[in-house]
Amino acid sequence: MIPLSWYLMLSAVLFSIGVFGFLLKRNIITIFMSIELMLNAVNLSFVAFANYWNTHPQMLPSGARMVPLSGHVFVFFVMVVAAAEAAVGLAIIISVFRTRETLNVDRVNLLKL
Amino acid sequence: MVHQVLFIVFGLICVAGAINLLVQRHPISSALSLVVVMASLALIYLLLGAEFVAAIQVIVYAGAIMVLFVFVIMLLNAGAEERTRGSRIALLVGVPGVVVLAGTVGWLLVTGSQQLGGVTIGATNFGDTHTIARFLFRDFLLPFEITSVLILIAIMGAVVLGKKEN
Repeated sequence: MIPLSWYLMLSAVLFSIGVFGFLLKRNIITIFMSIELMLNAVNLSFVAFANYWNTHPQMLPSGARMVPLSGHVFVFFVMVVAAAEAAVGLAIIISVFRTRETLNVDRVNLLKL
Repeated sequence: MVHQVLFIVFGLICVAGAINLLVQRHPISSALSLVVVMASLALIYLLLGAEFVAAIQVIVYAGAIMVLFVFVIMLLNAGAEERTRGSRIALLVGVPGVVVLAGTVGWLLVTGSQQLGGVTIGATNFGDTHTIARFLFRDFLLPFEITSVLILIAIMGAVVLGKKEN
């Protein structure tokens, strides 16, 4: 038995590191990777809670109907959206680099050239 | 006992990789430490009995998405990050905000951990591909089909954005 709070704690630590990276890093690719880290942290809580509700159905609020394993299916959808986001985001990064010749977000502060 | 030791080991590797992502100045080093984070997260998913999620974590995240990142880093020949003075507001408001947020979440988890109880490990027939597929193609069929449209739109958007303007 591993306490559920350990998983949630790890998830919170990873999410906070992701937010720190988002705020402190200046390279647009690293900022993007911090977003992926945050998505991973949320996925961990989804899987932990899926396991928790599956093994402790008596803890559900009365009258609540839950599809078992919906946490896993949500992780699947999060990954699909993350993949789509990575494809579009990296294409945007490439087109920004083509016009600005830089990856530093402080130099990309205007909407027009 | 073994499960707890494994969780602590891979959780520490996970956090160390995430911190290394912040510390490294070169994007390729950050990308490789993110791969470490994702691989150890996959092992933590296995500890939770989520075989399918662990597999797609390695295949989709550590495989496809990170290869895309590394590919773009190499394509753009991205060098080490230059130190520029960024937005002051992000530093003055954002960082203390994150600290307060993380502290609150941690405090809630520590105080509430008694009510949360434990997660059983290694439940049989839980999270394998067969069971997931039954729910995915029955209860979540419409969202699943919509994601395929989403992927199609993302591909078209990437092609349009990446095309050279004449």
